[in-house]
Amino acid sequence: MSWWTPTVEAAFIAMLQALVILLGAVLLGAVMTVVERRLLGLWQDRYGPNRVGPFGTLQLVADMLKIFFKEDWIPPFADRTLFVLAPAIAMASLLLSFIVIPITPGWGVADLHIGLLFFLAMAGINVYAVLFGGWSSGNKYALIGAMRASAQTLSYEVFMGLALMGVVAMAGSFNMREIVNAQEGFWFVIPQFFGFCTFLIAGIAVTHRHPFDQPEAEQELADGYHIEYSSMKFGMFFIGEYVGMVLVSALIVTLFFGGWHGPLLPPIVWFALKTGFFLMLFVLLRASLPRPRYDRVMSFGWKVCLPLTLVNLLVTGAVILLVSPQ
Amino acid sequence: MEVAFYLSGLVAVLATLGVVVSVNPVHALLYLIVSLIGVAMVFFALGAPFAGALEIIVYAGAIMVLFVFVVMMLNLGEAVVDQERAWLKPGIWRGPAVLAALLLVILAVTLWRGDIGMVIAGETLTAKAVGMTLFGPWLLVVELGAMLLLAALVTASHVGRLSTPRQTPGRDASTKEGA
Repeated sequence: MSWWTPTVEAAFIAMLQALVILLGAVLLGAVMTVVERRLLGLWQDRYGPNRVGPFGTLQLVADMLKIFFKEDWIPPFADRTLFVLAPAIAMASLLLSFIVIPITPGWGVADLHIGLLFFLAMAGINVYAVLFGGWSSGNKYALIGAMRASAQTLSYEVFMGLALMGVVAMAGSFNMREIVNAQEGFWFVIPQFFGFCTFLIAGIAVTHRHPFDQPEAEQELADGYHIEYSSMKFGMFFIGEYVGMVLVSALIVTLFFGGWHGPLLPPIVWFALKTGFFLMLFVLLRASLPRPRYDRVMSFGWKVCLPLTLVNLLVTGAVILLVSPQ
Repeated sequence: MEVAFYLSGLVAVLATLGVVVSVNPVHALLYLIVSLIGVAMVFFALGAPFAGALEIIVYAGAIMVLFVFVVMMLNLGEAVVDQERAWLKPGIWRGPAVLAALLLVILAVTLWRGDIGMVIAGETLTAKAVGMTLFGPWLLVVELGAMLLLAALVTASHVGRLSTPRQTPGRDASTKEGA
């Protein structure tokens, strides 16, 4: 066992952690599909899926089996390369973002100095999944969905970055671990309340969750950009949406709610509890809000959220300079 | 890290070549995005992760999205692919290829002789020096330029807006201009 040096052991543990986090993110995304349907049922006073297994717990298995055995059909009028590439981008860019999220003091994939920027970069790449998916389908509904999605995502990404800059200014770092450590005393949601609000809105919009699911509006676009997708390619878009939900929840917890910090319970439990809370919030929003009109979504982003984040950033900068002038 | 540097550099060069030779505009844009990501990886390998991240956020994440957006809106079909194919005839390559080869020779010779710092006269200008000059003695000009750009932006938004809708008795006539 001469090759089993401490370096090898550290590398092995790091790889194992990365694998566990990857699988955990995907599994949590998959489980959320069923949890969401049950919760929607609960909040809307109906049952939801409760037939497969005890309390419908095996519904996930049934759904997976069904989606794996569907015919994987590529329309003859589609642009094959981009059609196949789009779901891969959708899934991969979101999963890669989990690299920068520190789960507990000992758990996390990479400790990048540019942590937050890495997430913003991946969110920027994620737009192409929808764009290419919609365009390569060769379908007008899909194209309109992709147009809406890209316009919406671009608009909301602008102030998503700006909303986070207040946190960056307060922590003095892009590094997620340092941001979490800077929240030891009090969570950033208190001084950065408007930053939190705008980031939550932008996060919902960027993952195309209800009420910002214009791109896939069932009633008018018949599912938008993934209308031509079937089987596991559709599955990747579908699970990707839930993985995005998990990602945004984890990011909100990390950036505004102190990450793993909390009394009594171990760090991993605190992180899981907080993330779970925001996942529930996502579902509750879907259960309770109607979908606004598209132009209102756009003007809300540019006319309300963008000025709000700018003012928030200005005030944050001024207060930081007042409290600790250098 | 050297392997990563050379590999991503190679990817960037090949992808850029792909941009030039692809006949489908959307595929060309995809190559351009790959090329930008390759350049960002080069920055990462060189130990400038900040520049790499900004490269992806600004170029791949924002500017290229607008390019793709516009190309999709134009709804280019087979006609454009044929036109591109016609443009890519070997005869048309000749002139630019000779000129580009000349530049390549100059680059190779300069690198070979190892006197990158040598210029005809004066010192090599760094980005810092440019910034100091721009925001020092020339601050007024920079600000005036910024105002000019702002004016252009306002004008573009004025020209490009929808004409005022006729006053219809509909319930939300007042929100039309927000589109």
